[in-house]
Amino acid sequence: MTGISPESLALLIAATLNAGTVVGLAALGLLINERSGVVNLGAEGMMLVAAFAGFAVGVNTGSDWLAFGAGALAGMAMAAVFGVLVIWLNTNQYATGLALTMFGTGLSAFAGIRYTQEKLPERPHFDIPWLSDLPLAGPALFKHHPLVYLTILFAIGMTWFLMRSRAGLVLRAVGESPESAHALGYPVRQIRLLAVVAGGALCGLAGAYISVVYTPLWVEGMVAGKGWIALALTTFATWRPARVLLGAYLFGGVTMLQFQLQGQGVDIPSQWLTMLPYLATIVVLVLISRNPTWIRVNMPASLGKPFHPGA
Amino acid sequence: MTTPLSKRSVLKLAGWASLAATAALVGCGKKDAAADAASAASDAAPVASAAAAPEPLKIAFAYVGPVGDAGWTYAHNEGRLAVEKEFGDKVKTSFIENVPEGPEAERAIRDLVGQGAKLVFGTTFGYMEPMLKVAADHKDVKFEHGTGYKTAENMRTYDSRTYEGAYMAGVIAGTMTKSNTLGVVGSIPIPEVIRNINAFTLGAQSINPKIKTKVVWVNKWFDPPKETEGAQSLLNQGADVLFQNTDSSAVLQTAEKAGKYAFGWDSDMSKFGPKSHLASAVINWGPYYIKATKDALEGTWSTGGVWWGVKEGAIDLVSVSDVVPAETKAKVDTIKAGLKDGSFVIWKGPILGQDGKEVLAKDAVADDKFLGGINFYVKGVEGSVPTGK
Amino acid sequence: MFKLEPRATPSTWLSLASPVMALAITVIIGVGLFILLDKDPLAGLQMFFVEPLKSPYALSELSIKAVPLILIALGLAACFRANLWNIGAEGQFVMGAVFAGGVAMRATPETGAWILWAVLGAGMIGGMLWAAIVALLRDRFNASEILVSLMLVYVAEMVLSYLVYGPWKDPQGYNFPQTITFLEATRVPKLFQGLRLNAGVFAALAAVLVFVVFLYRTYAGFQLQVGGLAPLAARYAGFSSRKALWTALLISGGMAGLAGALDVAGPQGQLTPYVPMGYGFAAIIVAFVGRLSPVGIVFSAILMSMFYIGGELAQSRLGLPKAITGVFQGLLLFALLACDTFIHQRLRWVASK
Repeated sequence: MTGISPESLALLIAATLNAGTVVGLAALGLLINERSGVVNLGAEGMMLVAAFAGFAVGVNTGSDWLAFGAGALAGMAMAAVFGVLVIWLNTNQYATGLALTMFGTGLSAFAGIRYTQEKLPERPHFDIPWLSDLPLAGPALFKHHPLVYLTILFAIGMTWFLMRSRAGLVLRAVGESPESAHALGYPVRQIRLLAVVAGGALCGLAGAYISVVYTPLWVEGMVAGKGWIALALTTFATWRPARVLLGAYLFGGVTMLQFQLQGQGVDIPSQWLTMLPYLATIVVLVLISRNPTWIRVNMPASLGKPFHPGA
Repeated sequence: MTTPLSKRSVLKLAGWASLAATAALVGCGKKDAAADAASAASDAAPVASAAAAPEPLKIAFAYVGPVGDAGWTYAHNEGRLAVEKEFGDKVKTSFIENVPEGPEAERAIRDLVGQGAKLVFGTTFGYMEPMLKVAADHKDVKFEHGTGYKTAENMRTYDSRTYEGAYMAGVIAGTMTKSNTLGVVGSIPIPEVIRNINAFTLGAQSINPKIKTKVVWVNKWFDPPKETEGAQSLLNQGADVLFQNTDSSAVLQTAEKAGKYAFGWDSDMSKFGPKSHLASAVINWGPYYIKATKDALEGTWSTGGVWWGVKEGAIDLVSVSDVVPAETKAKVDTIKAGLKDGSFVIWKGPILGQDGKEVLAKDAVADDKFLGGINFYVKGVEGSVPTGK
Repeated sequence: MFKLEPRATPSTWLSLASPVMALAITVIIGVGLFILLDKDPLAGLQMFFVEPLKSPYALSELSIKAVPLILIALGLAACFRANLWNIGAEGQFVMGAVFAGGVAMRATPETGAWILWAVLGAGMIGGMLWAAIVALLRDRFNASEILVSLMLVYVAEMVLSYLVYGPWKDPQGYNFPQTITFLEATRVPKLFQGLRLNAGVFAALAAVLVFVVFLYRTYAGFQLQVGGLAPLAARYAGFSSRKALWTALLISGGMAGLAGALDVAGPQGQLTPYVPMGYGFAAIIVAFVGRLSPVGIVFSAILMSMFYIGGELAQSRLGLPKAITGVFQGLLLFALLACDTFIHQRLRWVASK
C-alpha cells in the first residue's frame, strides 16, 4: 500500500472537516434538544425537508443565505410540530420522532419531484485571504465554506452557554429535573419547546448545507442516514458540544478514508470498507456507555420522559 | 390490559369494513370514468384520437429511477419520446418510474400488462426475473429487457456498447490530464462497469501510455452524496480528470468546484459543469426503441438479443468542449467513423492484464462472449476488481 | 384556555375510535392533496382502498406484503411493550435472509421437502443472532439499543452485498451480483396456481395466535409488559429486566429473521442486493397503528400494505408520485399519536387565570 503524501493528507483533512460539518451541526442541534430532556428521532426527516427547502429557495432566488434561512425555517417548523405533540399532548417521544422521520422523508421526496433536474447557480469560492495560501495548512483548514467555521463557533458558544450562562443552567435544570424546575417557577414546557425549535433550526441548517454546498443537487433521500448518525453522536459525546464536533469529524474522516483506501488499491472488498464508519460508531458507543454511573452522571436525567406539570 | 380483546377486535373490524365498504360503493360508481381519465392522464404527450383508425399499440416503459435523474432514466425516456414522435397516433406510450429492482417489479409490470400494454420495456438488469415470470403468463405481450441476458419466446434483450463511449472519453482524458492520474467513480462492480473502466483506460493509454486509473466504488447506481465523496477522494489522490459510471451529475459538479475536468454519463450533462465538462458519453435509446416498435407493429418481432453501439446510433460522445485541442477532436471523430464502418476495433490485442500477461494476443479480436464476462482490470488500472475472492 | 388533564381511567370508546379517527384524518388530508395535485380525489381513494382488494390477484399481492409486516411487527410489539426500541429490525430481516439463503444453497436436486424447515429455522436463528448483538451490548455495556440496532442495519446490508458479489455469486450468472436461484424443494409452496400467495400466510396466522397466548396468557409475557410499563414495580416484584431484555430482543430478531427467510425462499427465490425491502422500518408503524396488539397488528398490516400497493397503482394509473405513500404513512402515524393522547387525557376548558 502506497503512503499518503502530505498534500493528499491536507486534502483529506479538508474533506473530513467538510463531511463532519454536516453531521456535527445536526448533532449540536440535537444536543440542545436532549439537554432539555426531549429526544427527537425525527432528525433525518427534518434534515430532508430542510435540504429540499434550501435547494428550492436557492434555485429560485440564487441566494445562498436565503437558502440557508429557508432550511433553518423548515427545520424549525417540523420541530415545532413535533414539540407541540410531545410536550403538550405528551405523545410518546420515540414514536413521534419516528413519525416525523417517515413523514419528512415522504414529504421531501414528494415536494422535490420537479427539482431533480435543477441546478444551483455557480458557487463562490471561499478562501480566507493570506491564510489559505499557507502550504498544506492552507488547503486543509482555510478554504472552507463559512458554515464550517460557524459550526466550530457554535460548538464553542454552546459550551459557554451551557456551562457559564444562566439560561444554560436553567436549560440543564429542566433536563435533569423538570419537576424541580417547575416547582421553582420556570416555564418548563415553553423552555423545552424553545430548545426543540432551536435544535430544529440547526438540523435545518445542516440539511440545507447538504443540498446547497456539499452536493449541490436535489435527490430524494439524499441525507442518507446522516440524521441517525447525528443522534448517535450526541450520546457518544456524552452531551458535550466539543466532543460532539470531534466525533463528527471522526465519522467524516472514516467515511473519506474508506474512499481513499479504495482508490489506493487496498485489497479489502469495498463493502467492508463501507461498513467501517458504522462499526466505528458502535465501538465508540460501547466504550462510552460502558460505565453506567458515568452515563447516568452525564445524561440528562429526564431524557425521553414526558413531563406533566401538576401531575 | 387483558381481555376486551375480542370485543375490541370485532369493533375494529366493523369500523374498517364499513370504511372500506363506503369507499367501494363510492368508488364503483366512478370507476369507469376514473379509469378513462387515468389512462389519458398517464400519457406523457397527448395522442390525437384517430376516428376510424386501428387501435394504437400500447407501449409501456418501466424505469428504475426518476425521469428527472438527468442520467440513465432520462435517456430512456428520451427514447420513448422518440418513439412517439416517429409513430404518432399508431402508438400510445406510458411509463412508471422509480420501480425498484427485484420482485416488487413483478407487480408493477403485471399492472402495465393488465392495463393493456402489448409491448413492455424493462430498462434495468434487476427486472429480469420478474419480466420472465410475467412473460410466461402473457404470451401475447412482447417483452424487451435492457442489459439482461435471459430470454424467452416473447422476451428478448437489448443493450448498448457503453464501452465505446468510455473509450472515446478516455482518448480525451489521456490528452487533457497533466498529472497522468485518472479517476473513475464506479457504481456496482458488474462486468459492464468493469468493461467501461477498462475501455476508458485503454482509450487514454492510446494517447498517453503513462496514465494510471484509480477507482472507487459507491455500490449504488445513483447516490449523489456518496458520488461526491468518492469524486472528492479521487481528486485528493491526484486525479485531475474524472470519469463515472454512476447516474447523477455529482461527480461533474465536484470536479467543477475543484477546477478539474470530468465527463457526463448517460446523457448530456454539459450544463452541470460549464468549466469542467469535457464531453458526455450518451446513450441514445431512440433508434432501438423505434426498431422494436416497428417490429411489433409489423409483426416481425422475434426473440434474441442485440448489442448496439456507435454503428447503430446508440452511443455517442457529444458536446465536446472547446478546451479540447482540435487534433484530439479529430481523432475522436476518426474513431467514431471507424466504429461506424467497422474498421476500428477497441478490443484488439495485444491487451495486457494487470499482471502484465496477455489477455488478448496480438491482433486477436475479442468476441461478445469475452466482453460479456469481463472480470479483470487491464494494466494501468490500480486496485483489484471487488469480487470478494 | 384548553388544558389537558389525565383521566382516572382510560376511555374505552376512544381507544377503539382513535385508529379510525386517525385514518379519517389521513384520508381527508389525502383528498386535499389529490385536489391540490389536480387529480380526481375519488379515483385516488379508489387506488388506495378498493383496487388492492378487488380481485384474487390483488389480495394475493396484498398478502405478500402484509405477511412480513405482520411477523416483524409482532416481534416489535413485544419489544416496544418492554420499552425496548429495536429500530434495527431491517438488519435482522436481512441477516435472516442471509442465513436462510445459505442453507437453501446447500440443497441438491435430491433433497427432500424437509429442507424448507431448515431454511426457515436458519432464518430465525440469523435474525436472533443479529438481535443478540444488540442485547449483549445493552446488557453488558449499556449501549443504546436504538443506535446499535440501527448501525447494524447498515452493517447487515454490507454483509449481504459482500456475499452476493463475492463468495456466493452464481458462477453461471455472468458475474452479476446474485446467488443461484434456489431449488424447488427449498421454496415456500404457493397456495394457488398463478397467484403469488404462499404458505407464509399460515406462518403469520400461527404467529398471531402464539403471540396472543404469549402476551396475555403466560407469565413471561406478563413480566415483559410490566417491565416496560413500570420498571420499578417490576424490579420490586423480582422480574428480571435482563431476562426481559433478552427475551424481547431475541423474539423480535427471530420474527424479523423468519420474515426475511420467507421472503427469499418465497417471492425472491434467491439472494440479491435487493433483499432489504424496508419492511423492518414499515413494521414499526404497523406495530404502533396496531396498538401493539396482535389482532390490531393484522389489521394495520393490511392497511399499510394497501397504502403501499395503492401508492404504486396511483403512480402507474394516475401519474401520482410514488412518494405520496410515505407522506400518508407518516401522516397516519402522526394522526394516530395525536388521537391516542385523548385516551388517557381529556381536554378541558379552563377559565384563564
